[in-house]
Amino acid sequence: MNGSGAAVVFDQVSKAFGPNQVLRNVSFSVPTGQALCILGRSGTGKSVTLKLLMALIQPDQGSILVDGDDITRLNPAGISKARRKVGFLFQDAALFDSLTLYDNLALPLRRLTSKTEAEIDFAIEDVLSHVGLAGDKHKLPASLSGGMRKRAGLARALVLEPKVLLADEPSSGLDRITASEIDELLLRQKHEKGMTVLVVTHDVHGARRVGDQFAVLHKGNLIAHGTASEVENCGDETARKLISEDYPA
Amino acid sequence: MSSLIEFVGKVSSFGARVILDGLRAPFEGSAILHQIAEVGSRSLPLIVPAGFALGTVMTFHTRNTLMTFGAGAMIPTVQALAFFVEIGPLVAGLLLAGRVGSGIGAVLANMRVTEQIDAIESLSIDSFKLLVVPRVLACVVALPLLTLFMDFSGLLGGYLAELASSGVSFTLYIRRAFEDLQWANFIAPTLKTAVFGFIIGTVSSYFGYTTNMGSAGVGRAATNSVVVSSLIVIVADVILVKCIFFAFPESAL
Repeated sequence: MNGSGAAVVFDQVSKAFGPNQVLRNVSFSVPTGQALCILGRSGTGKSVTLKLLMALIQPDQGSILVDGDDITRLNPAGISKARRKVGFLFQDAALFDSLTLYDNLALPLRRLTSKTEAEIDFAIEDVLSHVGLAGDKHKLPASLSGGMRKRAGLARALVLEPKVLLADEPSSGLDRITASEIDELLLRQKHEKGMTVLVVTHDVHGARRVGDQFAVLHKGNLIAHGTASEVENCGDETARKLISEDYPA
Repeated sequence: MSSLIEFVGKVSSFGARVILDGLRAPFEGSAILHQIAEVGSRSLPLIVPAGFALGTVMTFHTRNTLMTFGAGAMIPTVQALAFFVEIGPLVAGLLLAGRVGSGIGAVLANMRVTEQIDAIESLSIDSFKLLVVPRVLACVVALPLLTLFMDFSGLLGGYLAELASSGVSFTLYIRRAFEDLQWANFIAPTLKTAVFGFIIGTVSSYFGYTTNMGSAGVGRAATNSVVVSSLIVIVADVILVKCIFFAFPESAL
């Protein structure tokens, strides 16, 4: 697969959990600074794709390149280094519930950078104001609303200034206005920071707003990949339904 | 049988990783101190009253028997030997398994289920070193200290029970309690609780850290942490007592 100029390359990747084949020879690439939205029915391997990109699980075969590094061939130290290029917004934000929002963001900065406390404070203020949570830094995750938790999760994903941002169902469980605000934040990462963004979502409206490209997974296979119009006209009924804004939710 | 062998292998490998990662920089000093404080503050309110009550009850039971044989003066000695050699270390270990082991299992399992452990890994932070190693080391350090509290509160309970029965003075009670107690009766059994702490911390962390059963796994991890670590502590006690007798023959009563 031609990956020149691509921030992310998935090449012939397969993954099974026991007898359950989750991904079969899936290949796609995402050019630097573009957004790819991965669509598909539940249980088709979308979240697994993101976890493979984060090297949280290893593929059975195939290679995965993130910013030029083949993360399937790296040792633990190399994987740790490669992960610093990637920010991950988890589906339920996965904030550390015993730490305040400030400490959630300070944890990676204190451990992985040589910033002083003043610099850490500045970086956290900056990223929290970016996601609209500047006044909430001393709150515990349990006291945040669903939308605020997503914003906080996004802030933590951005705090190390990654080159690639992965978002797993960023709008799930949110009302349309809050979901739209999260989409807007993802768009800002792409436009203002030139970040490459991969979003797994069921929200077609949000996906069409954020995505430059779309990949449709079905039963572990990549059945369509391209722009919205290319996917709509790919001839596969499932792909057409999944990307159609008119299809009932 | 094969699943038992598989389990033993996995827990042993998990424990070996705790040791290796514990010796490898960066050292999680603040996390370890925080966990020691957590373990201590959670367990002390349980350990001290339990030791006191156990000491009192034990004196109630042994007093009649020893008085029958005209050995009433031996009550403090028996009390001290029983507590320092066996009751204190074992009961402190079992209480820690119940109080702290279940907490470690539940917390880590909840972090696994809610993807907090994945989130730590995604931030290029070694979740094992951050979450597991400090908890195990905290149990290793805290349990011998908690055992001392158990021993002395048991002795205090025994003294108060004896005071109520015979009006013995505190000085005489303490002198009799310690006159036949050798260092080997005190040091080795207290230090063996560091092994109990390692077992409790490792087994509990194993069940929590490796759970893969969703929210149902949280409860199961908490239960398994208590049951399995308690069982292994009791079995390990038998082996360690034999080892102590081998290393310190004079401590064999």
